[in-house]
Amino acid sequence: MKKTLILTTALISLGFAANADVTVMSWGGAYGAAQTEAHVKPWMAATGNATIMVDSDNPAPAIKAMVEAGNVTVDVASVEYADAIRLCDEGILEPIDVASLPPAPDGTPATEDFLPGAITECGVSTDIWSNVFAYDASKFTGDNVPKTAADFFDLEKFPGKRGLRKGAKAVLEFALLGDGVPPSEVYEVLNTPEGVDRAFAKLDTIKGNVVWWEAGAQPPQLLADGEVVMTTAYNGRIFNAAMTEGKPFVIVWDGQIYENEMYVVPKGAPNKDLAMDFIRYATSTEGLRAQAQQISYGPARKSSFAEPIIFKDGKTVMAPHLPTAPENLGNALETSSDFWVDHDAELNERFQAWLAR
Amino acid sequence: MAEATTELLTTADGRPLKAALAAAQARAKRRAFLLVLPLLLFVLFTFLIPIGYMLKRSFEHDGFASSAPALVAWFEANPDFDPANPPEEAYAALVQDLARMQTERTTGIAGTRINYSVPGSISLFKKGAREAANLTPPFKESLVALDADWARPALWRGMESASHVYTAEFYKVASDMKLTDSGWARGQDKERIYLYLFAKTFFVSALITVICLLLAFPVAHLLATLPMAKSSLLMILVLLPFWTSLLVRTTSWIALLQEQGVVNNLLVGLGLLSNDGRLTMMYNMTGTIVAMTHVLLPFMILPLYSVMRVIPPSYARAARSLGATSWTTFRRVYLPQTLPGIAAGSLLVFILAVGYYITPALVGGADGQLISNLIAFHMSKSNWSLAAAIAGMLLASILLLYWLYDRLIGIDRLKFG
Repeated sequence: MKKTLILTTALISLGFAANADVTVMSWGGAYGAAQTEAHVKPWMAATGNATIMVDSDNPAPAIKAMVEAGNVTVDVASVEYADAIRLCDEGILEPIDVASLPPAPDGTPATEDFLPGAITECGVSTDIWSNVFAYDASKFTGDNVPKTAADFFDLEKFPGKRGLRKGAKAVLEFALLGDGVPPSEVYEVLNTPEGVDRAFAKLDTIKGNVVWWEAGAQPPQLLADGEVVMTTAYNGRIFNAAMTEGKPFVIVWDGQIYENEMYVVPKGAPNKDLAMDFIRYATSTEGLRAQAQQISYGPARKSSFAEPIIFKDGKTVMAPHLPTAPENLGNALETSSDFWVDHDAELNERFQAWLAR
Repeated sequence: MAEATTELLTTADGRPLKAALAAAQARAKRRAFLLVLPLLLFVLFTFLIPIGYMLKRSFEHDGFASSAPALVAWFEANPDFDPANPPEEAYAALVQDLARMQTERTTGIAGTRINYSVPGSISLFKKGAREAANLTPPFKESLVALDADWARPALWRGMESASHVYTAEFYKVASDMKLTDSGWARGQDKERIYLYLFAKTFFVSALITVICLLLAFPVAHLLATLPMAKSSLLMILVLLPFWTSLLVRTTSWIALLQEQGVVNNLLVGLGLLSNDGRLTMMYNMTGTIVAMTHVLLPFMILPLYSVMRVIPPSYARAARSLGATSWTTFRRVYLPQTLPGIAAGSLLVFILAVGYYITPALVGGADGQLISNLIAFHMSKSNWSLAAAIAGMLLASILLLYWLYDRLIGIDRLKFG
C-alpha cells in the first residue's frame, strides 16, 4: 500500500513537472523555425518559463480533437484565420482580452495599431502570409517570363508542369483570378453555382499538367527537383529557399491571396495564463518584427514597420518581399473567412470529386 | 466382474472419480480462460470498444439537438409540418434558440451541424444569433428580412433532421445524396464522389490481389522446392523488404518512378525516350498500384509458401508417371492442393488493400486516391460523423465479402501456415 502511494505520488509529481512546460503548436518547417527563433526562445529567455514547440500538419483539427477529448496538452496554437473564427464559434478557444495587448512603443493602443481584422474574439495575428505562385528562373528567361495569374494557366506560352495545393481553398480563387475576375468580385462569383463551375472549368484547362502538393515544404522541393516549372506556394517558403539555399526562384505577386495567421489558446489549456502572456509577448511590436526578420510574412501591426525590417542575413530589406508591400498588392485578394467557414466542406467535396475523375 | 461395475469408482483419496474429473476440468478451463484473458481485454479495449464507438458516432450528432431545445420540442410536437411554409410558432422557437445560442456560445456547433447537409448555414446562424435579441414578432417576417435563406425548405428539413440526436443522415451523405428543397435526392454527377471511390477502391484492390498472386506463385513455388541453403537465401530476399519500414519502401518508389527519377533518367540516357516524353509513373493510379503491390506481396508469398512446402512431390511424380502432361499435372494435381494458400493470401491482400491509406496518400496524386484517403480528409476537417459513416460502410462491405467468401469457399479451408 505504502509502495503504491509512493509510486502514484511520484507519477503525479512527474506529471506536474511535465505540465509546467508551455507548449506551442505550429506548422513546422521554415515557418515553425521562424516562430521558434522569434517568439519561443526570446520569451523563454525573458521569463524563464520552459517552452517547447511542437509541429503539426495543421494545428486546428489537432486542438479541436484535444478539447473534445478533454485532454488538452497544447497552450498556444498557430491556426489559419478561418479556423480561429470557426473554433471560437464552437467554443473550442479561450477569448482574448484585447485590452491587455501591449500598445505600440509610441503609446498607440493595440486595437488601433493592428491592421483591421487582425484581432478577433479568440485570436491575435502573428503575421500576414500569402498564397503566391513562383517559377524557376532557369526555365524561363528574358521577356518571356510569367507575370500574371493568367500566365499560370497558359500552357502554350509557358509549357511544363504546374504545382497546385490539393484543396479547394485559395485554388478556386486563384483559378478565377487567372480567368480575369477582379479580386473585388471573386467571392461574389464563387458564391454562385455558375461561378464554381467557371473556376473548375479553368482548372480543367491545366488538370493534366498538375502535380498536387499538400505540405508547405513540398513546392520549393518540386521546383528544385524540376518536377514542375511553376507552382503555387506560401510566399515565405519560396523566399527562404531562394535566400538561404540560393535557388533561382521568382515570386509572381499578381493574383496573390493573403490572410492573417492567428495565435489562439485552446479551452482548458494547462497553462492558460502563461499562454496569454506568451501571446502578448509574441504579438508585441517587437515580437512581430522579430518574426518578419526570420521569414517573409508581414507583421499585422503598423508600428512594426517604423524602422526597416532586415532579414536574418543582415542585409536584405524585407519590405518588398512581404505580402503587404504596396507594390505587391496590385491584383491581390484577401481570403474571405466568412466564405470558407460556410463552404469549406461543400467545395472540398466537390474538389475531391473533380480530382478523382 | 459384476461387483466391480456396481462399486462407485473413486480416486486414491476416496473422492468419487466423476466429481474429481469435473473439478479438474473446471480448473483447466479456468486456467485456459485466465491465459487468454489479457488478450481478450486487449482486444476489447483496443478494438471492439473503439469500433463500437466509431459506429455510434456515425449515427450520432447532438450539435444542433443540444443547443436548440425550443425548436427540438416544436419539431417533436409537429412531426408533419410543411418545410416549405413553417408556421409562426416554429420561427418563434427558432429565434428563442438563436438568442440562447448567442449567450451560450454554441452558434458554431449548431451551425456546423446544419452545414453538413445545408452548406452556407454557419454564417447564417452566426448572423441570426447576433441579431436574435433585437428581433420583434412576427418573427417569420423579421428573420426573412434578415436573410431570405431562413425560409428555405431545405434548411427546415435539415434542422428537423438535425433535431434528432440519432440520424442516418451521414450515411445518406456518404452515399452521394444531397438535401434539396424537396428532400433527400441523388446529387449532381459532378458532386458525386463516395460511391465512385468505393467502386474504384474495390476494383483496384482486386487488381492488386491478382497481380500479387501472379507474381507470388512462382516465387513461393521456388521457395518451397529449392534446396534448403538456396531457399533460405531467397526467403531473406522476400522478408527483407517485409521488415523495412512502409514509408521507406514507398518513398523509394517515388525516387525510382518520378519524372526526374531513376527509371526515367535511365530510359532517357539509353535513348529509348526523349527528354520531353518522360513517362508519368508516379502521382497517379500506376504509382499507387505499383507501390501497393510491392508492399503487399509478402502477404501473398508467405501463406502460399507454407501450403506448398507440405505438398509431397511424389503426387506430381505419380501423375507424370501415369501419363499426364506437365500442364495437366499442374492444373489437376498441384494447383488444387495450393488452393487454401491462394485463398488465404488473396483474402489477406485484398482486405489490407481495401483499407490502405498511406501509400495512396503519398504516391496517388490526383486519380490514385482511394476511399481511405477521404476518411482521413474528413477527419482532418473534424467531421467525425461522416468519416465514421464512410468507415462503417467500408467495414460492412468487407464483412459482406467475408460472408460471401465463407459461403463460396469456406473459411475452414483457409490456411495461413
